[in-house]
Amino acid sequence: MNRIKALEAQQIRDVVAFDVGDNVKISYKVVEGTRERVQVFQGVVIRRHGAGARETFTVRKISFAVGVERTFPVHSPKIMGIEVVSKAKVRRAKLYFLRDKIGKQARLKEKRY
Amino acid sequence: MATTILGRKLGMSQVWSEDDRLIPVTVIEAGPCFVSQVKTVKRDGYSAVQLAFGDIKAEKVNKPAAGHFAKAKTEPKRHLHEARTGEDETYKAGQKISVDVFEVGAKVDVTGTSKGKGFAGVMKRHNFKGGPGGHGSHFHRAPGSIGMCATPSRVLKGIGLPGHMGDETVTVKKLEIIRVDSEQNLLVVKGAVPGGKNALLVIRAS
Repeated sequence: MNRIKALEAQQIRDVVAFDVGDNVKISYKVVEGTRERVQVFQGVVIRRHGAGARETFTVRKISFAVGVERTFPVHSPKIMGIEVVSKAKVRRAKLYFLRDKIGKQARLKEKRY
Repeated sequence: MATTILGRKLGMSQVWSEDDRLIPVTVIEAGPCFVSQVKTVKRDGYSAVQLAFGDIKAEKVNKPAAGHFAKAKTEPKRHLHEARTGEDETYKAGQKISVDVFEVGAKVDVTGTSKGKGFAGVMKRHNFKGGPGGHGSHFHRAPGSIGMCATPSRVLKGIGLPGHMGDETVTVKKLEIIRVDSEQNLLVVKGAVPGGKNALLVIRAS
C-alpha cells in the first residue's frame, strides 16, 4: 500500500489553497486537434472530493441562465493555474443546496479579513 | 524464454500519461525471481525454467522443498512456476530474473486467480436481466424458463444456471506497461488484473 501511496505522491503538484465556497478562476488547457489553448472556467467550488493525488473538485457557474458544473482533478497537469477570486463563509462541505437557488438567493456570504 | 516473471498484486491506482490523460493502472510487485531448476530437452523432453518467488520463513520450508532449493543454490521461496523456454536459450540455476526484463510501452499478459464470488445467481454470473423490481411483480432475480417441454424433455447443454463463480484462473491479455521500477521491483500496467490484493500473478510478455 505504501508503494502505491509513494507512486501517487509523485503526482501531487503544488496547488493554490482553496476551499469550498471560494470563487475560483481555473485556467484549463484545451487541445483542439493540434492547437492548444487555455480556457478559463470561473465559478464557485461546491465540492472537494477524495484525497491525495486522486482528489477532485467541482466548480459551478451560471452560464446564460443555465447552471454548469465541471469537475476537475486537483492535480491535473492540464490545469495551468487556479486563482482564488473571493472567499465565502460557508457552513458545510458540499454546497449542493446552491443548485436549487437562483439569482440573489444563490449568493454566499463573503469572508472578510 | 518468452519473458516471464512472477509477481504480487499490490493494488490499483491512476497515473497521468504524457498527453495528460488519467489512466487506470495496477501496481504489481514483480520479482525478483530465481531460477530454481532448468529443464532440458535431453533430460526432461522439453526445455523450461522453474521460477521461484516470494519470501517464506525458513521453518516453514519442508525438507523436500529445502533440498530442491539447496540443489539450485537459491534461498527457499514460497511459489514455484514453470515457464517454457526456447531450446537455444541458456539459463543457470540460481539465476536472478528481475523486472528490468520488461520495457515501458511493451504489452504483457497477466494470469491470476479471480476473486471468488461463491454460489452466485444468474444475474451476477451470466448477466441475465432479471425481472422488474416492483409494480406487483414477483419475478426478481430468478433464471426463468430453462427450456422446452416434452420435446426434448431435458435441459439443453450450455444453459446459464446459478452456481459457483470466480476463483478460477483468468488471463488478461495485452496490458500496456506504463512504468518499470527496478529499484523497488514495481511493474505498473494499464488496466485491471485478476485477483485481490497480494494475489500471485504470472506476467508474460505478449
